[in-house]
This record gives sequence, structure tokens and C-alpha cells, in this order.
Amino acid sequence: MNPYHRHVFVRVATILVYFFLYAPIVLLVLYSFNASRTNILFEGFITSFGPLKMQGSLVVQSPCGPFHWFCELAQNREVRLAARNTLTIAVISTLVSTIIGTMAALALQRYQFSIKNFAQASLYIPIIIPEIVMGIGILILFSQLFELLNNAFQLQGDARLSLGLGTVIVSHIAFSVPFVTLVVQARLQGFDKSYEEAAMDLGANEFVTFWRVTLPMILPGVLSGALLAFTLSLDDFVITFFTTGPGATTLPIYVYGLLRRIITPQVNALSTIWILVVIVAVLLLQQPQRRETR
Amino acid sequence: MLRHFRENKSWQGTLLVLPTLLWMVVLLIIPLLLTLVVSFGRRRADGGVIFTFSLDNYIRLLGLQPDCLNPFVCFDPLYINILWRSISLAFWTTVLVIVLGYPLAYFIARAHPHRRNTYLMLVLVPLWTNFVIRVYAWMMLLREQGVINNVLGWIAARLGIPFEPLQMLYTPGAVLVGMVYEFLPFMILPIYTSLEKIDLSLYEAAADLGANPVRTFLRVTLPLSAPGMVAGTILVFVPVMGTFIVADLLGGKQVVLVGNLIQNQFLSARDPTFGSAASLILMVLTLIVTYFYTRKFGFGKEIVAA
Repeated sequence: MNPYHRHVFVRVATILVYFFLYAPIVLLVLYSFNASRTNILFEGFITSFGPLKMQGSLVVQSPCGPFHWFCELAQNREVRLAARNTLTIAVISTLVSTIIGTMAALALQRYQFSIKNFAQASLYIPIIIPEIVMGIGILILFSQLFELLNNAFQLQGDARLSLGLGTVIVSHIAFSVPFVTLVVQARLQGFDKSYEEAAMDLGANEFVTFWRVTLPMILPGVLSGALLAFTLSLDDFVITFFTTGPGATTLPIYVYGLLRRIITPQVNALSTIWILVVIVAVLLLQQPQRRETR
Repeated sequence: MLRHFRENKSWQGTLLVLPTLLWMVVLLIIPLLLTLVVSFGRRRADGGVIFTFSLDNYIRLLGLQPDCLNPFVCFDPLYINILWRSISLAFWTTVLVIVLGYPLAYFIARAHPHRRNTYLMLVLVPLWTNFVIRVYAWMMLLREQGVINNVLGWIAARLGIPFEPLQMLYTPGAVLVGMVYEFLPFMILPIYTSLEKIDLSLYEAAADLGANPVRTFLRVTLPLSAPGMVAGTILVFVPVMGTFIVADLLGGKQVVLVGNLIQNQFLSARDPTFGSAASLILMVLTLIVTYFYTRKFGFGKEIVAA
């Protein structure tokens, strides 16, 4: 019996499900080159580099040609601020959660201590609790804490504590850390301790052993944990929604706000860029795994 | 030196785990406890919280009023209906996602090992494309002048049939389709993980013993992929219960789920105490479902693998 045999039903269903997954994405990309301002109908691709006719009467200059909406997007100040915020939040929360998550994974895998079971169990909370419950919990924490501190210290004007980039970053670390810890822990499970013992026998102290032996060996796990934390942060909507404040809008929040009012091909252009970044990230992620399986 | 290293130094372990534990306690456990405390509080006129011990919010959620506890006189099923709608939507989303995801996961697991990574990558791209962007794609498809209505209209014109654009956006069906689309990859990945682990010699054994392909599937493949489906169900059911963007953008005001109720209480109705009570009910409901489900079927490692 051929182990790779798949029934024709499975093949047809697979094609249909892939179509279901990709048709909306392909349409999004297609519409980002749409020659219509309102993006209701597909009025053909933008082909000219000169004046552009929109909906019959309206004429727009399009020096970017087919990439008209991408140029408008690049000139949109709110989008640029949101992109910068999104990246700032993702980079800082990834760095912090990767470092403390790796430390926690080492502790949970290597040491015996009294609060170990409690620490391990707490990591599963974000997986089994709906994100909105976490989001409003953190919102209550910050709003009560800030109200208390603002009143206690009589803070006025700009000095008043309020929701913003800081609260978003701290919250993103909270939901990223468990995932980093669990990924690194999985990596540590198959770890051969004799390498470290050899290093110690040869006179390396614990710090040198960690830096020169342990870390290089668990690095793939640490990196995939970091990548996971980064994508979770970039993608997050719910937690950000409840912990953000004025001036700290991220791209998902900005798009959501836009969708409730108007629909413009700029959102499609943004989506197209996002999808391209995702494809590159997925390809990069596959690279080290391929080397491992060889 | 070696013995020194092997000793379990508990203070070192505690020190290493401390930052993570601090974050978990301050930003997960304390917020949950605060939510509980706030849910027993009363709303202050400015949208703040008066800390007392009152069950008013829970009484309201049950459809009664604090000054009228007789269900035969004043029962308003508004919130019970919202809860029930959320549970049944999560249930049907999970069912559809299994039906759509299983064949695809099976296809990948039985593909040639060299090609599996490529097929998996094709599942990851939609998964990593932003959640809000994916909802937007469905807004474009389902609108009255959207892609689907345009295509249908074009076909109707060709056939000479009169055509009225279908109302698809802002219906419960749109929310269901959106949820299925959003969460399908979360079911495919764990089912794939459990299918891939099945020892292929089991199939030879089944064939040798005279089982036909249908019987082999029902008695070998399906039971062995159950852990993947359990993990996938948790990864789908829990977030569907709490998601509010999909219902907000695809359901409009027609479809209100628990998530929308909670969000609304915090942002427009400005009653955090009632929102907290609803949030706790949501948490308890999902925990009950997860608990019984995992007790019955076991809790696999697939959940982490995904």
C-alpha cells in the first residue's frame, strides 16, 4: 500500500480549502491597484503615469502610476506614525520577553524550587483565557492604578499618568513571555547535559559555560521564540485596543478605526505590503528548519 | 566542580524565573482578581467604580432586575440570548473548521515529506496576515456592491436573469464565514501534527487484517488524530467566544456577541462593573468547556506545537 496515497475526495477538498484561504487575500492585493477611489467596483488597473481618471469625472495626478495608492499611503502621516509605533512596540516587547522568557525556561527545566509548579501553570493562562478578558483586566489594572497615583501625587496636565506606548509594551510582554518560555523549554528538553559538564571539567565557570556552550545550542529555540513574540506583537489587536492611548495607535488599530468609517484602496495597499512582509518572514522561518532536517 | 554544578540551587532557579513570574502575576493574575472585585462594584456617574459588594451586575446578566427577582414578572432574556448566540456561534465555527480543516491537514500529512513544508507555509501566510486585514477582505467580498454580488450580477446578466444584489454583509452568516476564515489555520496545524505522528505500519496492519479504507479511517486515523482535534477545538472555541472585531465589522448592529457586549460596556456605555461581570462569565464559560473537553479527551502537547 502506498503510504502517500490520498483519495480524490481529499485532493478536491484540499484545492477548495486553499482557494477559500487565498481568494480573499488575492482580491485584497488586486484591489490595491484599483483605479477607483471608493474601491467599491474594480474599475481596472491603474495603467498611466499621468493624470488619472477616477469614477468618470474626478481627475487625480498619479506620478506613481500603478502604485498610486502605495504613494498616498506613504504620504499619510497617521499611517507613518502607526507604523513606527507598531515597530517600536514589537521590537522592545520581543527583546524583553525573549530574555526573561529564556531565563524562565532555563529555570523551569534545570532547577528545583518551591514556586516552580505555580510559575509553570501561570504560563498557560493566556492560552486558555479569551484575549478580551486579559485585555479588560489589564485596562482595569492601569486605570485604577493611574487614578490612585494621579490623585495621591496631585499630578496635573502632562505629568498625569495615562495609557500610551508604555502600557502597550508592558502588556505585549505579558502575552509574549509564556510563548517564548514554552518554545525554549521544548528545545531544552532534548538537551544533552554532558557538553556543559565537559566545559565545566575543562575549567569554564558557569557564566562562560552558558555563553559558549548552552546558549549556542539552544539558540534556534530562542530565535523561533523571538520570532513568535515579534509576530504576536505585530498582529495583536485586542490587548492593544484596551491598553493604548492617544498618540500610541498601532497599524491594526488604525485600520480598524478606518474600516468603521470609510473604505479606501490605501487599506488595500497597506494589506499588500503586510502580506509581502509575512511571505518573506515565513520563507525566512523555513530556512533554518530545512537545514536541521537535512 | 561537577557536583557543585549538578546541585539544585533553588535560589538560582527562583532568581531566573522571577521576572517572568512578576509579569504573570502583575499583568495576568492581579488583573483577573481586579476584574472579579470590580464586577461586585457599582458604577460611578463618571464611569469609574465604587467598590462595594453588590450582586446587581450578575442579576442583570441573568435577565432580572436588582429590585425584582421574580423571573415570572420581569425576565428579560437580552443578555442570556447574547451568551447563547456566542456559544452556538463558537460551536458551529468549530464544527465547520474541523470539516474544512481535516481534509487539508490529512493531505499535508500524507504528502511527500519534501513537499510538506511548502504546503504548511501556504497555511501560515493567511494565518500571519493581520486579523483586521482578513476581516476587511471579507467586507470587500460580501458588500452589497462587493465582489460576490458583482460576479453573480455578471453571470445573471449573461443568462438574462433579473438580479437583485444579495444582502450578505451585516448578517449572522457573514459573521460565521468570517470566524471560520479567521480560525481555520488554528485547526489545520494541530490536526496535521497529530496525523503526521501516526505510524504508517498501522495502515499495513489494518489492510492485512482485511479492513477497507473507510473502516481503516474510522478505526485508525480518526481516533489517533483526536488529540489534534481537541487542541484545535480549544484554540478555536476560546477565541471565537471572545472576539468582537468580526461581529463588529461583518455583523454590524445585527450580531452582538459577548465580546461586543464587554467592549461596549468599557468604551461607550462606560460601565466597567457590568463589563467585568460579563467578562468573568465569559471566562468561566470557556474554562468549563475547556475543562470538560480536555478531561474527556485528554490534553495533548499539540496545543503548544501549534
